[in-house]
Amino acid sequence: MTRLPALLLSTTALSIGVAGAASAQELNALVWCDHTDPALIEPFEQEFGVTVNLREYEGTGAALALLEQSRPGDWDVLVIDGIDVFRAVEAGILAPLDPAELPTDDFFPEVVMAESNTLDGVTYAVTEKFGYNTISYNSEAVDPADMESLATVWSEKYDGRISIYDYYLPVMGIAAMAEGIATAEIGMDDLAPIGEVLSTMRSRAASVAGVVAAQTALATGEVDIVVGGGEWLTAVLAGEQPELTWTIPEEGAVRWAQSIGVVAGTEQPDLALEFVKYIVSPEGQARLATSSCFWGMPANAKAGDVLSDEEKELLRWDSQADYLARTQLYPAPDTDLDIEMQDLWLDTLQQ
Amino acid sequence: MTPRAERIRGWGFAAPALLWTVAFFVVPFLVMGAMSLATLEGRTLVWGLSLANYVELTEKAYLARAIMVSLEITVTVTVVSVVLAYPLAWIIAFRVPARWQRLALLLAILPFWTSYVVRSYAWLLVLAREGMINNTLIGLGLISEPITLANTRFATVTGFVHFFVMLLTLTIYANLIQLSPNYRRAAMDLGANAFQTFRHVILPLTLPGIVTGAFLTFVLCIGDYVTPQILGGNTELTVPQVIMVQLGRRADFPLASALAIVLMGIVTLAYIASARWLRLDRL
Repeated sequence: MTRLPALLLSTTALSIGVAGAASAQELNALVWCDHTDPALIEPFEQEFGVTVNLREYEGTGAALALLEQSRPGDWDVLVIDGIDVFRAVEAGILAPLDPAELPTDDFFPEVVMAESNTLDGVTYAVTEKFGYNTISYNSEAVDPADMESLATVWSEKYDGRISIYDYYLPVMGIAAMAEGIATAEIGMDDLAPIGEVLSTMRSRAASVAGVVAAQTALATGEVDIVVGGGEWLTAVLAGEQPELTWTIPEEGAVRWAQSIGVVAGTEQPDLALEFVKYIVSPEGQARLATSSCFWGMPANAKAGDVLSDEEKELLRWDSQADYLARTQLYPAPDTDLDIEMQDLWLDTLQQ
Repeated sequence: MTPRAERIRGWGFAAPALLWTVAFFVVPFLVMGAMSLATLEGRTLVWGLSLANYVELTEKAYLARAIMVSLEITVTVTVVSVVLAYPLAWIIAFRVPARWQRLALLLAILPFWTSYVVRSYAWLLVLAREGMINNTLIGLGLISEPITLANTRFATVTGFVHFFVMLLTLTIYANLIQLSPNYRRAAMDLGANAFQTFRHVILPLTLPGIVTGAFLTFVLCIGDYVTPQILGGNTELTVPQVIMVQLGRRADFPLASALAIVLMGIVTLAYIASARWLRLDRL
């Protein structure tokens, strides 16, 4: 009678020991929510026999503060806004990458973004995903023709039926484009006209919402338009609500891009690099593009061989050449301009 | 045991709590205070004794507005919660039979068992244009078009009140059941009617429970980020929301710390104003 519990105990202990040994190697990655989809991470874990620990963050400032307060080796991989790679490099957070290890020749040329991912000729990160901050809308509730011009999107006709995406850089980029100002050329003198557009937009808006709140608002009919939305907002809803769609108006839209790199001081640089290579491989790219958190275009065009026709249709694969030509990377202000832009944004929200 | 040995033993018992308080309140508070006097030059943190962040609070309209919005919402929530919780606590204490009181209290705090975030999103759906309230009002023919309830201050206050009525009900109930029925009988014997008995006897005696619950409501409400972020729709920003914006992209810890110190100052003032009646030991 006493042998059975002992046997169970020893078997359990053995199982725990084996499992412990099997998952002894861990990779710690600071990421956006799209990387937390098990469908993306589990194939890598199984192939390399490791556990990937993922921590989400909001805002580059918060991520950099966390990394600066960590010990070398605490983190192995960082996913970061493409325009902020230089901030991480300046802070000594990213390690150099060997460009020969990265399949950037297979990328859409416009999103290689060497000017963002490379500093003084050294590559520190690689673009992994991109998309657009543009206009998402309910095609059954608004006139789709009105969505083709920013002037009519936030017109009186749609008063109270608009939500604005809660991030000042892309929304102010859209406001700049509405005024004919290139996003890369926004200066202090442009803030006044941008502020006027923001005020108009704000006066028509029912809410200023983050990702989940904007999706909820659009899906429940709380609003019919999301300024700053795009495929990342509506693609995951398209299965159940095909009337939720998006467009790039004639003035153009803002393009976002996220990059991935290896954290300086990692104690397992080879494994971290393997993770980066997996993410930018066609298979990893296809899974990242269709992540359950939000969809977006893969930087690697060869992911098109892995994605299904239906997925490519939702991502508007065949329209990318046109979209890339008509969109601009969202503003990358220097510190002083960034402060002024954020102040203008908060002032507008508090009106 | 000698007095000295007793003192040492007393310090020994108190030491864990003191160390905990020093490590997790005093030291972080001092660091936050020092951080609020630092500045961010470019992206570099410069330690010093600058009041620039506090001056900024007076110069930037959106910061002063955030403080006002936080105060307005918090005071509204506290008052509405007290007004709703007092009758509920009264009914449970004096109208519900003793054997059912425990169940009644359990039902009153049932919403505590669900996630705070999930509850807020649930309210968002209830208050939506196509939500339960609008559909009911339209169904009853009281309105013809949906009214805007979600993403407003009303929504934020509703979400808060739903949560804090439960808390206040508990503190007020705890106070009410300690009252001897003889107080009411004596007041009635002396000729007081029901209102006078409540006004001059019951209310003053239950003030500690009300003030304790109201103070906790004030403290928790003014520092909350989740409810205004989800239900308010960013149509106006509270201080915690502005703090999050400062930290999110720019990591402006000095300005965020100054805002947090201001919040603590407001809470301290609330404590001083209510100290006379506060009975935190009754919780």
